Amino acid sequence: MIDIQLKDTELSVQECNDLVVSDGSGGIAIFVGTIRNQTKGKAVQRLEFESYKPMAISEMRKIAEQAKEKWEAEKIVIHHRVGVLQIREIAVIIAVSTPHRKAAFEACQYCIDTLKETVPIWKKEIFEDGEVWVAAHP
Amino acid sequence: MKINVLAFGIAKDIINGQSVEIELEDGMDVQSLKASLCNKFPEFNKLRSLAIAVNEEYQRDDFKLKEADEVVIIPPVSGG
Repeated sequence: MIDIQLKDTELSVQECNDLVVSDGSGGIAIFVGTIRNQTKGKAVQRLEFESYKPMAISEMRKIAEQAKEKWEAEKIVIHHRVGVLQIREIAVIIAVSTPHRKAAFEACQYCIDTLKETVPIWKKEIFEDGEVWVAAHP
Repeated sequence: MKINVLAFGIAKDIINGQSVEIELEDGMDVQSLKASLCNKFPEFNKLRSLAIAVNEEYQRDDFKLKEADEVVIIPPVSGG
């Protein structure tokens, strides 16, 4: 089972946990990405996320399918938020259930690392004195 | 042919809009589209990377474009 969602409302860790739990899994790894209050010592006020939605969903699905096959995961959930997010809010949740724990950690890490490289989602950091598209420039 | 190119993230700021129409010779590829974009909007040269998606898939530089394709500029992504 793979469940991919891109939404502009609050994400739920409990919901992701409940979606991946299964009789055959001995472990669930959950990564929760949250909004940090500073970048290089500069205070961040909020973040704004936008996506190229159909491709963002298909790229997240590809990542989940690759991870599911490679680590023989039972279930994988990737939920990503878009819109305006405040400090401490959840931007992304990845939940993976596998028969044994090592695979759950590895599959979960693969999913978040690859998501950051390939999924067409962009975030802008809003500071008191300006705003910056994250990682746009070298 | 005229290609209507959509933009997201910093690309939207660079072209100052949601989309831009680029005139290319028929049968041109992703590489020539990138060259045309960088020529028209030099700010693209300063980005960490510049990818092009065609019909919701990343495409390599030698991919041939058609007028009806959905073409999107993908500046460096920063999800998660």
